[in-house]
Amino acid sequence: MSRSRIQTIFYSAAALISLVGLAEATYLTVVFLSGETGVCGGSPDCFQVLGSSYAKIGGIPVSGLGALAYFSAFAFATFAGFGYGHARRFFAWTVIAMFGMTLWLLFVQAFRLHAFCRYCLFSAALVFLLTGLLVARPVAETEKS
Amino acid sequence: MKRYLPFIIVAVVGLLAVGGGAFLYRAKRSATPTPKISKTETLPSGESIHALGPADAAVTLEEFGDFQCPPCGMLSEPINQLQKQYNLRVIYRQFPLPSHAHAREAAFAAEAAGRQGRFWQMHDLLYREQAVWSKSTDARALFSAYAGMLQLDLGRFRKDMDSSEVQQQVELDQHRGAAIGVKTTPTIFLNNEVVPPKQINPDELPGMVEAAVKKAKPSS
Repeated sequence: MSRSRIQTIFYSAAALISLVGLAEATYLTVVFLSGETGVCGGSPDCFQVLGSSYAKIGGIPVSGLGALAYFSAFAFATFAGFGYGHARRFFAWTVIAMFGMTLWLLFVQAFRLHAFCRYCLFSAALVFLLTGLLVARPVAETEKS
Repeated sequence: MKRYLPFIIVAVVGLLAVGGGAFLYRAKRSATPTPKISKTETLPSGESIHALGPADAAVTLEEFGDFQCPPCGMLSEPINQLQKQYNLRVIYRQFPLPSHAHAREAAFAAEAAGRQGRFWQMHDLLYREQAVWSKSTDARALFSAYAGMLQLDLGRFRKDMDSSEVQQQVELDQHRGAAIGVKTTPTIFLNNEVVPPKQINPDELPGMVEAAVKKAKPSS
């Protein structure tokens, strides 16, 4: 398999994961902005997390920032898949920033709020997948090329 | 064409995300009742009440409610509609029934929210989410989360929930209800006349309110 084909597959997978994350983060942002609370299927933990002061940064919902991050990751992955060199670097930095933020949010849920929100955990899983892809990428590229 | 394809894909996804989000937001906003100006009034007697609508309204609807009572929850939105339609004065009185495990705490939550000017928002939220917190083993955590959603000062909210003033307020409403013969919820008075329990439902209450409005303004 050619190097460019592997890259296309890798960045397509990354773009797809980012798209799922974008949909989820957009939904959560809308829920936050509309003041809706019935999003957690009856789990008090979820309400506790989404209603906490950690769910906002400077009045901006964290889910909104997440949507922006997922959109950036999607855009950079798409451009990288089409062979735009700089986009690969931007994609890597975006995913690293998302990974750092995810670790912080998991820490907050585990040790400060003592509650886990299933949406946040799903998003964390997506970011871990993106990070996994990012880590696996140089190996795949080197081995196959 | 291939050169422009990533730009097109990214632009389409961006537009879909913004458009989809805006569509969802509009759909949710139209399903969510508009927030009400929430003010606790103090009567000349010194008694505090939660009232909506003009003080000189032709008809006053006074409800004794329990946030965990399902029929009260079913009436919440119809009463909101009637308040707007007929410009009623709506007074809410706490009457948590002992048979409902979280009703008393829910009443405290509403009162604590009222101390920060959000009684009616919490009232609506508690009824809207009734099915959720009623079954919860940790309803208090949910009430705090609701307070967070309403952008209340959480420290103050929790303190107020446990305060003797808030508990006293709920007891005062209960005493008032008991004194005028309230035994169950929802009990509704229209201009101080009790509405027969059989007619307290979303289908018959509008007719009762209309009749009360006509009675109060016979010329119109």
